[in-house]
Amino acid sequence: MDVRDGQVVKGVRFRDHRVVGGILELAARYRDEGADELVFYDISASPEGRGVDRSWITRVARTLDIPFCVAGGIRSVAQAEEILASGAEKISVNSPALEHPDLIDALSQRFGAQCVVVGVDSESFDHGYRVQQFTGDIERSRDTSRSTLDWVIEAQQRGAGEIVLNCMSSDGVRQGFDIVQLRAIREVCRVPLVASGGAGAVRHFAEVFQGAHVDAALAASVFHSGEIAIPDLKRRLHEAGIEVRL
Amino acid sequence: MKPRQVVIVTSGGANIASLQFALQRLEVASTVSADAEQIRAASHVILPGVGAAADAMARLRHSRLDVLIPTLRQPVLGICLGMQLLYEASQEGDARCLGIIPGSAKRFPPACARPVPHMGWNTLHIRRPSELLMGLADGDYAYFVHSYALQPSDATIASTDYGTPFSACVQWRNFYGAQFHPERSAAVGARLLKNFLAIN
Repeated sequence: MDVRDGQVVKGVRFRDHRVVGGILELAARYRDEGADELVFYDISASPEGRGVDRSWITRVARTLDIPFCVAGGIRSVAQAEEILASGAEKISVNSPALEHPDLIDALSQRFGAQCVVVGVDSESFDHGYRVQQFTGDIERSRDTSRSTLDWVIEAQQRGAGEIVLNCMSSDGVRQGFDIVQLRAIREVCRVPLVASGGAGAVRHFAEVFQGAHVDAALAASVFHSGEIAIPDLKRRLHEAGIEVRL
Repeated sequence: MKPRQVVIVTSGGANIASLQFALQRLEVASTVSADAEQIRAASHVILPGVGAAADAMARLRHSRLDVLIPTLRQPVLGICLGMQLLYEASQEGDARCLGIIPGSAKRFPPACARPVPHMGWNTLHIRRPSELLMGLADGDYAYFVHSYALQPSDATIASTDYGTPFSACVQWRNFYGAQFHPERSAAVGARLLKNFLAIN
C-alpha cells in the first residue's frame, strides 16, 4: 500500500496518485481477505528528504495479526528501531540505501537480516536493467546508471534479508509481472525475492510463481479496485498446484 | 476463564509490542518485567526473543533470570528465540542456554533454493496431542522467521519441514515453545496463545 499523508493512494507508473482509502480500514480488509503480508510505502518520504509520520504504525500493529513491513525514507538505525518497536516485522530501504549502501550493513548488524528488506525500482533498457531512484516524485525520479543485478548482489552481501524488485515499466499497467527480468534477478538472489509491478489478472500471479520462482508476489491496484479478490486468487493458485496459505 | 497474571519476560533487546497487541486482541492484559518476584508470582510466563542467542542469554544472566526461569512451575511459553533458549545450547554465538530441554539449536544447513533465514508461512505437522495445540490441525500455516532450529526430539509436539524437519512446537513438563510467531500467525497463532493461557 502506498501511503501519503495518512491515507492509502495509488498511481499509474508511480505518478498521478489518487486516494484509495484509510490505512487501518484497508489493513483490516486485507487481513480478513487472507493477505499473507502487508507492505506500507510512504511514497512521498524519500524525495522530500524527510521520514514518515509513524503514528499509524502502532495502530496497524494492533489491528494486524499477520506480518507487515514499513518503507519510506528510513535513513538511520534509530529510525528503523522506532518502527520495529512500534510493532512492524520488517523495514524496507530503497533510495537512502542507494546513497549510503552502508545503511544496509548497519541495519542488518543491529536487527538481523530477517528485518531488512531492500526495495529496488528497476527499469529495463536495451543493454540490461538499471536501478531507478526517488521514484515517488516525478520531479526527482532519476536513473542511477547502477546495474540492477550488481545492486541486488551487493545488497545481499551487505546483509539484506529480502529483495522486493519493482519492475517500473510494468508497474500499474496490469500487463503482467516482468517475468524475464525477475528470472534474471532470481539467478543472483539467494534471499527471498518478492515480485512487484504489473499484476492485472489471476494468471499473472500463477505465471510469476511458475516462471520466475519468486517467493512472493506483491500487488496493490488490482486488490484496491476489487478486480481480484484475494480469497479467489489464492484458491486458484492452489488449484494450479502453487503452495499458498488458504 | 482469564489467566490471573501474564508476565512477558524482558531483559531488553527483544521487541515485544506485537506480542502485547496479540494478547490485547484476546482481551488479556500482560505485564512486561525482568523482576524475579513478579515473574515467580505470574500465572503464565512468556519468554519472547528476537536477536542473537548469546546476547539474549547475557541479558538474562545480567538480571539473574537464567537461574530463576528453570525453577518456574507455572506454564512458560518460549517464542522463537525464546523457545531455543529453553534448550541446553545454541550454535548461534556458541551460547549456553537455560538447559531445561535436552538438545541444542543448530543453523539450517545451506541448500540452494532454501534461503536462510527461513522466513514466511509454513505448515505444521502435529506429532502428538498437547493442550497447546487444541483446535490446530495438520497443514495449518504459521509465520516463521529464524536461521537456527531444533531437530525433532521427545519434546516435539509439532514439526515443520524446511529442507529438513525441525521442531515447530515443543512441550517439556510445564515448558512450552513455538518456533514461529503466534502474534503474527493469524487465527492459528491466536488459537495457540489462547490454548497456552488456558493451561493451569
